[in-house]
Amino acid sequence: MTITCVINNKEKNIEAPPMKRLLDVLREDLHLTGAKEGCGEGECGACAVLINGDLVNSCLVPVLQAEGAEITTIEGLAIDERLHPIQQCFLEEGGAQCGICTPGMVLATHHLLDKYAQPTLLQIQEGLNGNLCRCTGYMRIFNAVKQASLVGAAE
Amino acid sequence: MNTSYLRAGKGEGGTPLKQLGTQEKSTHNHQLNRDCSLPDTVQTTPILRAWVDFVLFFTLLMARTPQIVGQSPPRKEGVAKVLGRAQYVDDIVLPDMWFGATVRSTIPRGRITSITFDPGIPWHEFTIVSAADIPGENCIVHLTKDHPCLAETHVNHAEEPVLLLAHPNRAVLPAAVAAVHITYEVLPAIYSIEDSEKKEQIIWGEGDQANTFKTYLMQKNQVPIPDEVWEKADFIVEGEYRTGAQEQLYIENNGVIAEYDAEKGVTVRGSMQCPFYLVHALTLVFNLPAEKCRVIQTETGGAFGGKEDFPSVIGSHAALLAMKSGHSVKLCYDRSEDMAATTKRHPSRTRHRTAVSKDGKLLAGEIDFAIDGGAYATLSPVVLSRGTIHAPGPYNWPYITVRAKAMATNIPPHGAFRGFGAPQSIFALERHMDKIAKVVGLTPEEFRRRNFLSTGDRTATNQLLSDPVDMQHLLKRALKESNYHAKRKQFDRENPTSTIKRGIGFASFFHGAGFTGSGERRLASEVAIDITSEGRPRILVSSTEFGQGTNTILCQVAAQTLGLPYEEVLIAQPDTRVVPNSGPTVASRTAMIVGKLVERASTQVLERLRAEADLPTPHTSTDFKRAAIHYGEEIGRLEVCVRYESPGNIFWDDDTYSGEAYPAYAWAVYVAEVAVDTTTYSATVTNFHTIQEVGKVLHPILAAGQIEGGVAQGIGYALYEKCLWNNGHMANNQMTNYIMPTSADLPPIHVTFEEVPSPHGAFGAKGIGELPMDGPAPAILNAIEHATGISFTEIPLLPEDIFERMTRPTDTGTESLDPAVAGPIFSEATV
Amino acid sequence: MRSNVSQYELIAPNSLDAVLQILADSPDHYTPIAGGTELMVALGAGRLQPKKFVSLWNLEELRFIEVASDAIIIGAGSTFTDIRKHPVIADEFSILAQAASWTGSIANQNRGTLGGNIVNASPAADSPPALLAYAADVTLVSTRGARTLPYRDFHLAYKETELEPDELLHSITISRNLKGYKTYIRKVGPRYAQAISKVAIAAIARMKNGHIENIRIGAASLREFPARLTATEKSLIGKTVSAETIAAARAAVLAEARPIDDIRSTAKYRATVAANLLEEFLRTL
Repeated sequence: MTITCVINNKEKNIEAPPMKRLLDVLREDLHLTGAKEGCGEGECGACAVLINGDLVNSCLVPVLQAEGAEITTIEGLAIDERLHPIQQCFLEEGGAQCGICTPGMVLATHHLLDKYAQPTLLQIQEGLNGNLCRCTGYMRIFNAVKQASLVGAAE
Repeated sequence: MNTSYLRAGKGEGGTPLKQLGTQEKSTHNHQLNRDCSLPDTVQTTPILRAWVDFVLFFTLLMARTPQIVGQSPPRKEGVAKVLGRAQYVDDIVLPDMWFGATVRSTIPRGRITSITFDPGIPWHEFTIVSAADIPGENCIVHLTKDHPCLAETHVNHAEEPVLLLAHPNRAVLPAAVAAVHITYEVLPAIYSIEDSEKKEQIIWGEGDQANTFKTYLMQKNQVPIPDEVWEKADFIVEGEYRTGAQEQLYIENNGVIAEYDAEKGVTVRGSMQCPFYLVHALTLVFNLPAEKCRVIQTETGGAFGGKEDFPSVIGSHAALLAMKSGHSVKLCYDRSEDMAATTKRHPSRTRHRTAVSKDGKLLAGEIDFAIDGGAYATLSPVVLSRGTIHAPGPYNWPYITVRAKAMATNIPPHGAFRGFGAPQSIFALERHMDKIAKVVGLTPEEFRRRNFLSTGDRTATNQLLSDPVDMQHLLKRALKESNYHAKRKQFDRENPTSTIKRGIGFASFFHGAGFTGSGERRLASEVAIDITSEGRPRILVSSTEFGQGTNTILCQVAAQTLGLPYEEVLIAQPDTRVVPNSGPTVASRTAMIVGKLVERASTQVLERLRAEADLPTPHTSTDFKRAAIHYGEEIGRLEVCVRYESPGNIFWDDDTYSGEAYPAYAWAVYVAEVAVDTTTYSATVTNFHTIQEVGKVLHPILAAGQIEGGVAQGIGYALYEKCLWNNGHMANNQMTNYIMPTSADLPPIHVTFEEVPSPHGAFGAKGIGELPMDGPAPAILNAIEHATGISFTEIPLLPEDIFERMTRPTDTGTESLDPAVAGPIFSEATV
Repeated sequence: MRSNVSQYELIAPNSLDAVLQILADSPDHYTPIAGGTELMVALGAGRLQPKKFVSLWNLEELRFIEVASDAIIIGAGSTFTDIRKHPVIADEFSILAQAASWTGSIANQNRGTLGGNIVNASPAADSPPALLAYAADVTLVSTRGARTLPYRDFHLAYKETELEPDELLHSITISRNLKGYKTYIRKVGPRYAQAISKVAIAAIARMKNGHIENIRIGAASLREFPARLTATEKSLIGKTVSAETIAAARAAVLAEARPIDDIRSTAKYRATVAANLLEEFLRTL
């Protein structure tokens, strides 16, 4: 069946079984491989995308339910071929080591800063508690988020 | 791999991605509430300053350009990572690619009696591979040839691979796997070190070697402990300590894509640490020469040792499917399969028996160290080796005997995991040291002070510590920075009237960098640097990036040595057709061993250009480029290759287990603060201080990141990550039920580095990748003992365990360690 | 991904009536799916038995929060984020807002629904203890009409509820007359976030002249479904908070709790911690 939605500001018509996971549609049908499958059960957040501005785990969304939605993936975050300030801060502060959690983590940060432009550490911890990172121990990620909030990355 | 560094202004976008900018030093040093800023000042003690000056003199002499080593330039492959463009293996699609799946044993031990295929599946569409299809040896080689590539007649662990399937449509594979039915004659299985030791069921080897992958005897000076030492000791303290399995839990599961060509041979690309290990495995499975086995590492989403030996299994499997199907085959595990079927950290049991004088001097120690290797040997002999050598810790032992063994059980084989045996034996030792201190009546810190190794001392393997080491200073500094004494007093004061019991404890330890003993000489690692047609240097190493910063630090070393900007230096993707064998990316050896080789190779590049292309001294980067291009046009392709040369004074005897065990050691003291909630019996780490002497911090942000990430894993190891087994099957093989700490669970982690440059490493660097895994667990349990008065000796320590002990009606154990009550021998009844 | 998604059907009618009609016409053929945070996990793991699904996601007849003068009515399709954000819930029903805040991660809260949490009927579910403490009512709808019953009567046995095959959970109603009540909720899990409950207690109590006039205690993971600890409540009504009362209440918890050993925890731990949590609450009264 055909589903129509807007992905990274581009309208897409997707032919896929209705229960196909949005994650698989992004990766296989649209070749947007930024979202990753880390666990397949909504625990690790590596598959996170924004649907209508809300952070969701795309491994748990049947694509039919994305009909008419505006979806932002990591590929849609950079601003006209330039790093988004959040991405810049992750790069500068050592917030990415192996990088596999980074797309989801950056989107979770984006989502957080939209809600709280100057988040406290507690709000940062909560905002990112659905994104598991095995490499960093989260310290440098928190630094990156804090730095992003200081450069006014909320938009 | 080049990088583009961008500067984002406040709220504006930065410069375009394609533009190469000069690197601007990041001067942010903001403080979060928790002070998780850049590592604290790096200091050297006055005694060591002369040494530092001596070593740095030469490095500074060479570099007239701004220092790159010691700065924090952006991660070499970082832009792709933050953009989500980095290509991990499951992101890659090859033309006409098929997908693979593995049919696995459902029982832990037995003889295969039949294999049938449900008629409902169109099997003609599938490629099916069994052991019979293997062209070479049905064996995954590491050190011992005991590990079948595919089970033929018997299975020795649950999830053991029996058959492989491939099909063009990924979606049909799970049903196909479920439609293969294997029947077995079930044999009795064993799951513990104790059951293995009993040798009632022999599941591996025979005779003296029954169930025993490896044993070591390490005795200082090869002298057994004289009886008088025990007889005359003021105290003899015994203890038994256990650690559980731990899953590496890289967020990217194991995966590969394989291709096969009858002429060209096998090509495998995928997530891995050691491309040449897989080459070796493929040569055996396919009976092909190494030149026909090409392996390429793709961007790897975490490894931690879990992708050191295991890729030899999955890579061979995918290659067999590619060979038989005539298509490239992608074989990627999902989380459940990866957790259930791949390697984990070896569980351990350590028994200590220690003779101590009443003034707190170690007189002698007997350590029995046993690890559970699972069903096949894999790397157990080497894990055992490292655990053995680290078992005595950073202390002076007049006599020490370590008896070590790696036992076989019917669970999926264990393998490499960051620390590699040392976290296990160091946990036991540092818990035991606190116990001894209590018996003797000294504080834990005073007891350490009286026994620390120092410059000029000899280790348990009789290695002379000629490089400066100052554990006294590190301990002092760690206690100071963590405010240890004040906190201890504060908690003692507050605990009686609080439902939250707080405690503080520490662990002091070391970690050897590089391969043990003659290992580096045997590896004979090679590094090459060539020049591209644009006159840029390109590093060719098989050392892999998987988050720890290989690409970045090696480029820094080269840039500094070559006198070029960091952005100029390229590093090739590890492709065994292109890069030489620099040894595996393990054992905390990359910065030290491979980095040093990069330094040497860079120097040789300069020498060559000076000698043959009129490169002036000093030179600018423009001079370099001109000379490099000139060389390429006039003389030919410039490539320099250097090979590891063992320093003359490294000598190791495998038979007596003595000599220079490691070229260099990093030294550390870690301090943990905990809170034990007596309402829920949960222990949480509330603050964590680390201080380590590491030679040279090549990249402060990356180095601190290594420590922080390692501490996080260590906290998981101590308090959260339990592998639950059900008849040899991992019962909690999902992220929901295997508990890894989230951002809400971890404390602020404070990192302090000290530097005493090592002659062995690039710019003095020693290895740090595994060091942070060793300290947290014992420090945490020492802190919990302070908080609760209860001595826990086993990890992971879960709330249910704390609950059981805290609510035990009578204390029949030997919590009372008052010599007047318990006599001179202090021992807990072993289970 | 261990399922073949082409074998699954999902339809998304755009009205509640249309959904109810489908459920009525073929009651055991279509399984409702809301946010998917439970069912899609089963799909990924290859153990999603039903093959035909009807989507409830974002139906406006189910996704609402209505504030009346004496009650709040939460549509079953409200997400946990909807619940957390709502000012009246945050203000007057804080333990429900709290429960929503620790239901999975923020990403899961943006998709998980209160109805899904209730109907999935896990004994470890996060919202039910608060709903039990608040003495919530649930309204079930079908083409045959609507019926309302106390939530405490909704669960019949392990994963067995009052819901008929053609019925949907429509809404949850909580009365607003909670003046003078003290509240408590605490969840004990293996870690501080993204955790499945080992045990949880939610309670509200009103004191009068130093005596417990009324108390309601809801618990997770102490029975085969979310349960009110009625015997414990009885042991406390009319009593002052003293060492004896606490001891009696603890004993009552241990007696009426029937927790199990499972992959997450042990029965003994669960029971004792539940008693500890209750004691923690009682000491605040």
